[in-house]
Amino acid sequence: MALDQIVDGLSEVSCDVLVIGGGTAGPMAALKAKLKNPKANVVLLEKANVKRSGAISMGMDGLNNAVIPGYATPEQYTKEITIANDGIVDQKAVYKYAQNCYKIIEELDSFGIRFLKNENGDYAVKKVHHIGTYVLPMPNGETVKKALYRQLRRARILISNRYMATRLLKSTDGRIAGAISVNTRTAEMLVIRAKAVILCMGAAGRLGLPTSGYMFGTYENAANSGDGYAMAYHAGAALANLECFQINPLIKDYNGPACAYVAGPFGAYTANNEGSRFIECDYWSGQMMLEFYNELLSGKGPVFLQLKHLHPDTISEIESTLHKVERPTRGLFQQGRGVDYRSESIEMHISEIGFCSGHSASGVFVDDNARTTVPGLYAAGDMASVPHNYMLGAFTNGSVAGIDAMEFAESHDFAEFDAADVAIERDRVMAPTKREDGIPPNQIEYKTRRLVNDYLQPPKVTRKYELGIRRLAEARQDMQERMIARNAHELLRALEVQSIMDCADMAAHASLYREESRWGLYHWRTDFPEKDNENWFCHTLLSKQNGRMTSEKRAVEPYVVPIADDEKDLYDKQRIRASA
Amino acid sequence: MPLASYQTSVPVVVDDAKCIADKGCTVCVDVCPLDVLRISDMTNKAYMAYDECWYCMPCEADCPTGAVTVNIPYLLR
Repeated sequence: MALDQIVDGLSEVSCDVLVIGGGTAGPMAALKAKLKNPKANVVLLEKANVKRSGAISMGMDGLNNAVIPGYATPEQYTKEITIANDGIVDQKAVYKYAQNCYKIIEELDSFGIRFLKNENGDYAVKKVHHIGTYVLPMPNGETVKKALYRQLRRARILISNRYMATRLLKSTDGRIAGAISVNTRTAEMLVIRAKAVILCMGAAGRLGLPTSGYMFGTYENAANSGDGYAMAYHAGAALANLECFQINPLIKDYNGPACAYVAGPFGAYTANNEGSRFIECDYWSGQMMLEFYNELLSGKGPVFLQLKHLHPDTISEIESTLHKVERPTRGLFQQGRGVDYRSESIEMHISEIGFCSGHSASGVFVDDNARTTVPGLYAAGDMASVPHNYMLGAFTNGSVAGIDAMEFAESHDFAEFDAADVAIERDRVMAPTKREDGIPPNQIEYKTRRLVNDYLQPPKVTRKYELGIRRLAEARQDMQERMIARNAHELLRALEVQSIMDCADMAAHASLYREESRWGLYHWRTDFPEKDNENWFCHTLLSKQNGRMTSEKRAVEPYVVPIADDEKDLYDKQRIRASA
Repeated sequence: MPLASYQTSVPVVVDDAKCIADKGCTVCVDVCPLDVLRISDMTNKAYMAYDECWYCMPCEADCPTGAVTVNIPYLLR
């Protein structure tokens, strides 16, 4: 049989709660939904394999936003995240996260995931943020996925691996009715009817092109092609603040974290080519990234993570984390380059752009119950709009989503969808397999992402954006009329390109709408270089209305935790000032 | 337009002598997030069928016989 041969097929199943995405938020959402009602059917659908999918495929080196009694309070954390995001935060969801996350840490601990403790048996929390102390190392962080998987098996969650969801189904009255998916090995289609659906599909990590030119050498797990954003958009859900891009400081070419969160608490720091510090704080914020970008271009670049001043034993300890967890090929990469942290600093660069609320503030709009604007549809993790989520946010908000979605499923019956919607989607999905001749998905993807780099990467210039939108429209036409997929694996990539193209369009549209600069480098518009609180102290919501991409303003909800005037711009003071 | 095949040096290498895919093992193929590994029809051993690698390591870490090696993709090495 030819490799990944296409099989024609369409079947239908149903469940109470459907969770799409088995990375971090998804397994927790599925688990909590099932524990809430063990009699209900919970399906966890995953494009790859739940055992090793998502951002924490190889584990995580620590919790970056742990609000632990004795070290931090929910009020402090909410304040810090509000300031770090230039005030554009619905605090209710952040505050709820901050209140709930300690319980989740204890629960993860009970799953066998260990967190660093000091000699008194207390959690050994480290300071990385500008104001508070929230970073908790995980000495056996490589076991996270295995520990989660054990829980899923024990709770008898129904796991469907190698199914890529492509579109959501809704009833005529606008309620969620299920999802359509495709088997990534055979191209057989599966319709899943569900009373509630939770999207946990990760970041849009294949939006920009990494500077190495290797399409899959992205910061995010390259499987995270933004499918969740595209599905939410086509289902009519609102997406918040997509102009607040994710851009991160990473090991040059390797494109993984260097990582100051791990090494910083031991005394490592970010330095320029003179070996001098230039930023006050290594916590990833747009304001910090702007200083990082300025330094790279100033003649004082490249920028380095400096460790060589530390004791060799300390460096060995840092290495044992960096080369074992999260991105374990870091060691192999440095070895290949002949870089020893004891004698040489780590060259850094900025990443390609993406969407990811894990480190920024964009995503499918959700309230403090993880509800989107579509009844019965939830979102959690890197693709949902709760800012600076990180892994613990994915777990905590995934938990919130799972419980609320099960409550929704218990009080609603299946919504009816139009069979014609399935037929239309089947035609769209299979179209690239029906053409004899055309352009393969890898070329369309490369071109799209190259255009994203050329035209959409900050600094954002209106004239460049207008041209970028035209070029992207041409690439879209090629994608819709000429793209071919000769086997099921190519079809997977062809479907992913369509998500990437939708995300590129949304990034451009959202960026042009907000006529000011905010969030440091993330939304730096040269034509509107100042922050304009009078007109733009608001969220922006992007959605599909009457078939067209539309943006509107949405007021920031009244704060739960007030911010004093002299605290508001603390994150704007990132650059170290020359002292006399 | 006609299509050409494109040469590329792939980052994941499988030691056929150690690989037990011919005895039914599919661990590396199963765990890959990008789904780029396959079992060869000709050799019945695992190999990298698509050069779309995140150099993330589950294939190497989970292989029961230590047959899989993940290298850094050439373009970013």
